[in-house]
Amino acid sequence: MPSLDDLRKRIASVKSTQKITKAMKMVAAAKLRKAQEMAEKGRPYSEKMNIIIQNLSKAISDPSNAPRLLVGTGEDKSHLCIVMTADRGLCGGFNTNIVKQAKNYFNKILKDSKTLKIITVGTKGLDQLKRDYGKYIIKKINFKDKKKLSFEDAESIGNEIVKLFKNKEFDKCIIFFNKFKNVMTQVPQAQQVIPAKKEDQKEKEEYSSYEFEPEEDEILEDLLPKNISTQIYKGFLENSASEQGSRMTAMDNATRNAGDLVEKLTINYNRSRQAAITKELIEIISGAESL
Amino acid sequence: MDEVFDIQIISPEKNLLSDKINSVTLPGFEGEMTLLFNHIPIITFLRPGIIKIQGKKDLKYFVEEGTVEFSNNNLTILSSTVLELTSLTKEKISKMIEESQSKLSQENLDDKLRYIFSTKIDCLSKINL
Repeated sequence: MPSLDDLRKRIASVKSTQKITKAMKMVAAAKLRKAQEMAEKGRPYSEKMNIIIQNLSKAISDPSNAPRLLVGTGEDKSHLCIVMTADRGLCGGFNTNIVKQAKNYFNKILKDSKTLKIITVGTKGLDQLKRDYGKYIIKKINFKDKKKLSFEDAESIGNEIVKLFKNKEFDKCIIFFNKFKNVMTQVPQAQQVIPAKKEDQKEKEEYSSYEFEPEEDEILEDLLPKNISTQIYKGFLENSASEQGSRMTAMDNATRNAGDLVEKLTINYNRSRQAAITKELIEIISGAESL
Repeated sequence: MDEVFDIQIISPEKNLLSDKINSVTLPGFEGEMTLLFNHIPIITFLRPGIIKIQGKKDLKYFVEEGTVEFSNNNLTILSSTVLELTSLTKEKISKMIEESQSKLSQENLDDKLRYIFSTKIDCLSKINL
C-alpha cells in the first residue's frame, strides 16, 4: 500500500500530464482545421492531373516511343519506395500504420527477389525502418526545421526521383502516405507514380486522340515530372492533415485516460486516508479502554 | 446560346471556377486560342496571360502557367498561379512586374524562362484597371 504522500504525488503528476495532453489536443485541433482544408482543396488538382495523364496514356500515338516515365522501363526489377511519415511522434498509430503498410510491401518485393530502394521522408518513419531495412535506404529526407511544406519542397523530391529514374536506378516508384478520411480514420495508401500508366487499365479503342500544342513529347516531358511533384505534394497535404487528426484523437484519449486514472487514484487516496484515521481512532479508544 | 461547355479552373489551393460557358480565350504557349463548343480534344500549356471567359457573365483571370485539357466538352485548367483580374490592384501589378524584371536580368537564364518572364511583363503592363 503506497503511503499517502506517494499517492498525493502521483495524483499531481498525472494531473500535470493531463494538462499537457489536453494542450496538445487543442493545438492539434487548431492545426487540423487548416491542414484539413488544404488537403481537401488540394485534392481536385492532383486528381485532375492524374486523370489527364491517364487520358494521355490512352491516347498516345506511339506507345513504343512514349516517355519512360509514362509507360515504364518495361521491366519490373527494382522498386523505389518513398515512405512519407511525420517528423514528430505522439500521434497514435499514424506513423506505425504507414510503416506497416510499407513493410508488407517491402517483404513482398524481397520475397520475389527484386531490388528494393527506400527513400524516407520524415524522421519517424526512418526510426522505425532503419533497423530492419537500413541497408536499403538510399536517402533520408526530413523537413524538421520547416514549419510549412510548400510545393517547392515536393518539387525538389520529385526532381530527385526523376533524376534517379533517368539514371536507371529503378523501374517502379511507389509513394506511401496516409490519406485523410476524417479525424478518426486515416487510410494508409500506396500509390504508384512511376510509371504513371496504370497497368490494369483497359485500352479504350474509341477514345479520341488529343491535339497537342506544343508537340506531344514536349508536353509529356513537362507534364510527367510535374505530375510526380503534384502527387508528392498531395501526399504531404494528406499526411499533415492525417497527422494532426491522429494526434488529436490520440491526445483526446490520453486526456481521458489521465482523467480516469486521477479518479481512481483519488478514491484510493481517500480510502487510505480514511483507513489511517480509523486506525488512529481505534488506537485511541483501545488505549482509553485499557486505562 | 445553347452551345455551352463545362469549365473548371483548379489551383492546388482551391477550386476557383466551375461553370458552363460559351467560349474561352486562352494564352496558349504557342499563341492565343479560343475554344468553343465541340472543339476537338486538346492538351496544351499556358504562358503568362489573360484567360477570357464568355458565358452568363464575362470573367477574366491572370495566369502565369498552367495545363489545359479539353475533351468531351469539358475544359479543365490546372494552374498554380491564377488570379481574378478584379482582385488585382495597380500596386500588386507593379510589384509583380518589378519581380519578373529582376529575374529577367539574371545572367544564367535559359531562353524558355526568358520568354516566360518577358511575356509576363508584357501582359502585366497591358492590364488596365
